[in-house]
Amino acid sequence: MSTTIVPLATYRNETAYPFCPGCGHSSILDQLNEALVRLDLDPKQVVLVSDIGCSGLSDQYFATSAFHGLHGRSLTYAAGIKLARPELEVIVIMGDGGTGIGGAHFLNAARRNVGMTLLVFNNLNFGMTGGQHSTTTPFGAITSTTPGGNLERPLDICATAAVNGAAYVYRGTNFDADLTDRMVEAIETPGFSVLDIWDLCTAYFVPSNKFGKRSLEDTQKRLGLGTGVLEQRDVAEYAAAYRTEAAKRPHSPWLEPHLLESEFTSDLDGPCRLLVMGSAGGKVRSAARLIAEAAIRSGLHATQADDYPITVKTGHSIAELIFSSDPIDFAGIDRPDVMVILSEDGLAKAGPYLAAMTSTGRVVMVPGLGDVETRAALEVLDLERLPGRVAKTELALVALTAAIVGQNVVSAEALRAAAGRGRYAEKNLTAIANGLELTP
Amino acid sequence: MAHEFIDGSTAIVRGALAAGCDFFAGYPITPASPILQMMMTELPARGGVAIQGEDEIASIGMCIGATLAGARTLTATSGPGISLYSENIGLAIIGEVPLVIVDVQRLGPATGGATTVGQGDVQFVRWGTAGGYPIIALAPSTVEECYSLTMRAFDLAERFRCPVFLLTDKDLNMTMRTVDPSALTDMVVRDRDLRRGDEGPPYRYHPPDGVPPMSRYGDEIMRFTGSSHGEDAVITKNPAAVGALNDHLAAKIDDHRAEIEMVTLDHQERAATLILTYGVTAGAARAAVRQTRAGGDAVSLLVVQSLWPVPEEAIGAALEGVTRVVVPELNLGQYRREIDRLASGREIVGVNRVDGKLITPEQIVEALL
Repeated sequence: MSTTIVPLATYRNETAYPFCPGCGHSSILDQLNEALVRLDLDPKQVVLVSDIGCSGLSDQYFATSAFHGLHGRSLTYAAGIKLARPELEVIVIMGDGGTGIGGAHFLNAARRNVGMTLLVFNNLNFGMTGGQHSTTTPFGAITSTTPGGNLERPLDICATAAVNGAAYVYRGTNFDADLTDRMVEAIETPGFSVLDIWDLCTAYFVPSNKFGKRSLEDTQKRLGLGTGVLEQRDVAEYAAAYRTEAAKRPHSPWLEPHLLESEFTSDLDGPCRLLVMGSAGGKVRSAARLIAEAAIRSGLHATQADDYPITVKTGHSIAELIFSSDPIDFAGIDRPDVMVILSEDGLAKAGPYLAAMTSTGRVVMVPGLGDVETRAALEVLDLERLPGRVAKTELALVALTAAIVGQNVVSAEALRAAAGRGRYAEKNLTAIANGLELTP
Repeated sequence: MAHEFIDGSTAIVRGALAAGCDFFAGYPITPASPILQMMMTELPARGGVAIQGEDEIASIGMCIGATLAGARTLTATSGPGISLYSENIGLAIIGEVPLVIVDVQRLGPATGGATTVGQGDVQFVRWGTAGGYPIIALAPSTVEECYSLTMRAFDLAERFRCPVFLLTDKDLNMTMRTVDPSALTDMVVRDRDLRRGDEGPPYRYHPPDGVPPMSRYGDEIMRFTGSSHGEDAVITKNPAAVGALNDHLAAKIDDHRAEIEMVTLDHQERAATLILTYGVTAGAARAAVRQTRAGGDAVSLLVVQSLWPVPEEAIGAALEGVTRVVVPELNLGQYRREIDRLASGREIVGVNRVDGKLITPEQIVEALL
């Protein structure tokens, strides 16, 4: 699509501002308009993003693109716009209220440095909803929700933005003679720019606090809040940096189709439900997966569901496997046909299954776990028969091989075909060989 | 013959990529995190953008912004995250923003059984934002459907310019299954209907069911607002304009239910009992049907894929000759409420479970007796 840049004498449309007499918002917007004229931007490429509050009305008075969203969320929409189309000039208008309800977005915008300019129209209270206190209401100020004077410390917008990495930080008032210059500077800065612009709410804050033009600067001084350009640093603009880095990234290894040829056969008749009960760090899931892949290579259908605590490096690790020559509609297991118990953690979770198993079931355990009560046939693996000690990380595959191969499900060849690739191939094949030694 | 061994999460990501998804934002939550991780890894390599937001609110907010800048966007979360998406879902509805939202359900309420399976968000996604307007929700019942319905969700989002839910669950997303790659069927997902030059106002309310082409930031001066607006996208309280907007938001979906309806009916002659279910529970129902028929009894099965709007015509057709409806679901009877009003005069039996375990085929068979 061809783009023609049309320089404008004004970026305002013909609609008059709606603000109260004496409200500072009109003058901030006039200076924003002046800044846009000076930058001579294509109005199509300028997106004014606003949210809720009197300041949120602003975008309607400009002949640029605009987004008017939910309270405190303007920085999130703006980030999405900029990330999707980095060539756009994204300018966010928020009230001081937005730094409260959208505080997390504000912090993270500073950290992340997506290229956008935030203008905070900071009139020290909620003007649209009846003069309630906001995050920036000065200590002691009277508002409709602090009738005895505000007890909360006001948020230092600029210090917060600066300490968290924002590229450009400025504090002033709408009366500052250089405000337009600072806006131009901020818009031209790559990364996240913040202008904390104090102004008067003549509807609420001014009458409640005998506040005036001079009070703005006096209050900033009293609160020890710096003014002027408070931070200016070179940063990598996120949307551009993302594209540079992204171009070097490989495709996800998880999404490449991993095709399993049915090159082996299985004599399995009816479903076989297998539970592997082990511990975190025991490679339970990967060993189970090899068995499942071997089953699929043998023409079977398989399912695998894993269960482990959220603290993944400790506690139990359970794999639930079902194999069947028919498609498997239901992947749940109440009564396993075979259960392999690898550790105390696994045994601790085995109770209900052991109780549900019948005499046709088999329980295969590693030695040293003590007695278990079940009607199923119990086999304890004789690990002493193996040359050398079986490593903890190989025990699962050793025991699974011993429990499954020779039981009409998968052959040793199918298992070796599933295990014989990747960086663990050698270890896996050794574990399988050891498991075969233990096959009854 | 070659097969794959994949879970629903992988199928959803592949379906989204096949549908042309080029923007993802999300926040970690089990059981939706695998989708986030795959997107964070894969989208950059494809020239797209994936970002982990500072929270769920930021994530869906970024998605909405990106869509309006021309992206095809996906986000994925679970019930607690949908709670935080709520307000922005309303914004996407009123602003007519195409967007696919995956809700990988887990047992609730709140943090609930982190992380066990549930289907407790069925009515929540339907009514999950203030104001109450129609939404579209698709529920896959197999890994293969995770793929195809993700593509369909993207298509419906463009067709109706609205957020579309893909309602899955922990077990469907995280259990690996044997999949025949040829069963992962592609569909043509329509391109965004983009405005070409001046085509009149950006929104259209007459006729109420019409869906106008969209613009995107950068192409022309474009306005967007989450407040009630006229066809010119300017905020208004004019009752005629506001009424027309809200009638339009409902009509564009309600008047085109036939385009959305999607069910699978396994009908058996002379069966007086119908099992009606959806999502992961359909697996147990299929097994129950096989067992029942093997025992010589007749039973029919209706699996609903398009949960919202309720596919009333397809359900009505399936109810013919049926005197008993069994509705298994992993909640206390949320979708049964819809069947209650559609199947009056028939016996309606719920099979319900909220202990974090799947409903078994045996439980369903028991309810058929």
